[in-house]
Amino acid sequence: MMNTGSLRTVLESGQPIAEHRPWPRVIVTPEIWNALSKGLAGGVWTLLGLWGEAGMAHLAVREDATGLLGVASLPCPDGRFPSVGRWHPPAQRLERAMADLVGLQPLDAPDSRPWLDHGRWPLRHPLGRAAKPTGALPPYRFLPAEGESLHQIPVGPVHAGIIEPGHFRFTANGEAVVRLEERLGYVHKGIESLLAGATIERAARLVGRVSGDSTVAYALAFARAVEAATETTIPDRAHWLRALMAELERLANHLGDIGAICNDAAFALMLAHCAVLREQVLRASAACFGHRLLMDGVIPGGVVTDLSADGAKALRALVAELRRRFPPLIELYDNTASLQDRTVGTGFVRPALIQQFGCGGPIGRAGGRAFDARRQPGYPPYEQLEFETLTLTESDVNARVWLRIREVEQSLALIERILERLPPGPVRGALQQPGQPCEGMALVEGFRGDVLVWLRLNGDGTVARCHPRDPSWFQWPLLEAAIEGNIVADFPICNKSFNGSYSGHDL
Amino acid sequence: MRKLLFQNLLRWPLTVAAPAPSASALAELGAQVEQAAQRRLGRSLAIREVDAGSCNGCELEIHALNNAYYDLERFGLHFVASPRHADVLLVTGPVTVNMREALERTYHATPDPKWVVAVGDCGRDGGVFVGSYACVGGVSEVIPVDLHIPGCPPNPMQLLEGLLALLQFQKSP
Repeated sequence: MMNTGSLRTVLESGQPIAEHRPWPRVIVTPEIWNALSKGLAGGVWTLLGLWGEAGMAHLAVREDATGLLGVASLPCPDGRFPSVGRWHPPAQRLERAMADLVGLQPLDAPDSRPWLDHGRWPLRHPLGRAAKPTGALPPYRFLPAEGESLHQIPVGPVHAGIIEPGHFRFTANGEAVVRLEERLGYVHKGIESLLAGATIERAARLVGRVSGDSTVAYALAFARAVEAATETTIPDRAHWLRALMAELERLANHLGDIGAICNDAAFALMLAHCAVLREQVLRASAACFGHRLLMDGVIPGGVVTDLSADGAKALRALVAELRRRFPPLIELYDNTASLQDRTVGTGFVRPALIQQFGCGGPIGRAGGRAFDARRQPGYPPYEQLEFETLTLTESDVNARVWLRIREVEQSLALIERILERLPPGPVRGALQQPGQPCEGMALVEGFRGDVLVWLRLNGDGTVARCHPRDPSWFQWPLLEAAIEGNIVADFPICNKSFNGSYSGHDL
Repeated sequence: MRKLLFQNLLRWPLTVAAPAPSASALAELGAQVEQAAQRRLGRSLAIREVDAGSCNGCELEIHALNNAYYDLERFGLHFVASPRHADVLLVTGPVTVNMREALERTYHATPDPKWVVAVGDCGRDGGVFVGSYACVGGVSEVIPVDLHIPGCPPNPMQLLEGLLALLQFQKSP
């Protein structure tokens, strides 16, 4: 039994797959698989992803002390694997999704209810040995919350605002929330099935639409995974333009979120002003790269559009304008006691939970988890850019607002720095033809947190299997913890302070 | 806060001039909207947005309609929280199989007369998600659609053109 040792020694005891880049992937035995599960539960490692294909389960982990990443693959000839969620709760929903999509059953799993499969698809296990459903799924059983004065409030999937669909089941005691249980999967589009067999061009478009607000982050993660798999080196200028687009995306989303959080405390003035700033970012993005949300701008091999001299000028003007308009809004937030009354102490998540779930992005950093994929594992050009990983410890709605405020300032500084140092040269190159099956993986910091893309290419360059994993997988469960003990009326503000992705999660 | 409000009194409004209603949208509407419905409604139109499986891109641009640049409410168009209060359903996404029933129920919960506007390439025919086991593909596969606003996603100006066409058609049949 190997329950100690570094991730490197554990991975070295498996059988390595040579064509997997840039981090190791090894075939492991059930014993090593269990040792990994227990290491995750012990907090030695962080869960990065858990997905499957017919006959094989994959587990991606990261060692916090060394920053080492690795994938362990367990052959499951009988369609079963030892549950990871049994030891490590953050894996439970991923396992449930895997059981729905691939048909691999986690042994001794604490929760065997379906997750993405609502019993409506024309087939079961679309990513495994797909078959027509043989019978109806049993009605979904929500977790019990019992007590004399408790009542339930079902909300969704269609919500009151202009937001994505999902179901929330509240159990409340008067105004106080005793339990919230999420039920997601309503926007499951079967993206992984569409990706299998797709050309790289089509796959890039699909992955760029996993979650529209993070289209740059997803396209970048996909492009980097393809480039890792095919051992393609892209021009230097492309790296810098990608970072520029990624920071514009972060800026637009953070500005939108700061305004929207305040609006959920009925402070519409902040939303009105932040929405104007967000619109200015989108317009500058469209002027420079031809799309307001920057969709399809990042492709394997580089970027589609080069930045013109006029574009650079427009971006400098944008940064100057935001530097002028944003500080008064920060002051407004800081000095409005009635607004702070709604945000301070609301929606607290224990930092230990944030650590356990490997929760990334502003939610994780506002709860003290100093993780940023731009730094660790890192990717160009960020190693040449100076910026610190910002953290706070309060882990409430207020901390999440402040973290975003600081990251807006940071992105403005990064955009300026990138514009100063943008190297000349081409912006895209040809992809190496793989010739034989190869695998790649990438971890990219989107505005919401770390986006993971893992893929295997066929010898002819088409996609055999691709798994995009949204940061929301490790954030949604924490929203259930954040709302506990808060009043029902504070749910919108808590939810908005998380801004989890439904589409990215449901895939 | 007072300083900020005061400064805004002195600044020019950011709001852009209204676009002309989209000609293609007017043509599509002409064939579908009944005169009786037009007489029964005032100028004001209440819109209920329904995400039926979108990637959230369309939602971001629909949100932008409310910012100071586009200021949708000046045209008497506003978003409401319930289908019971709505005249128009603005539907996005390739209609996932898991959202089909919710969309149908939202449609039936909307009182007559009502219009359905399908937003985005996905709302038109499923867009990039065509062929998936999990998508129905196009809003009109599930409920009757009066107007399509294509784009991936359509920008706020295109959304505004489509919605103004709806409004104009309703005013002068």
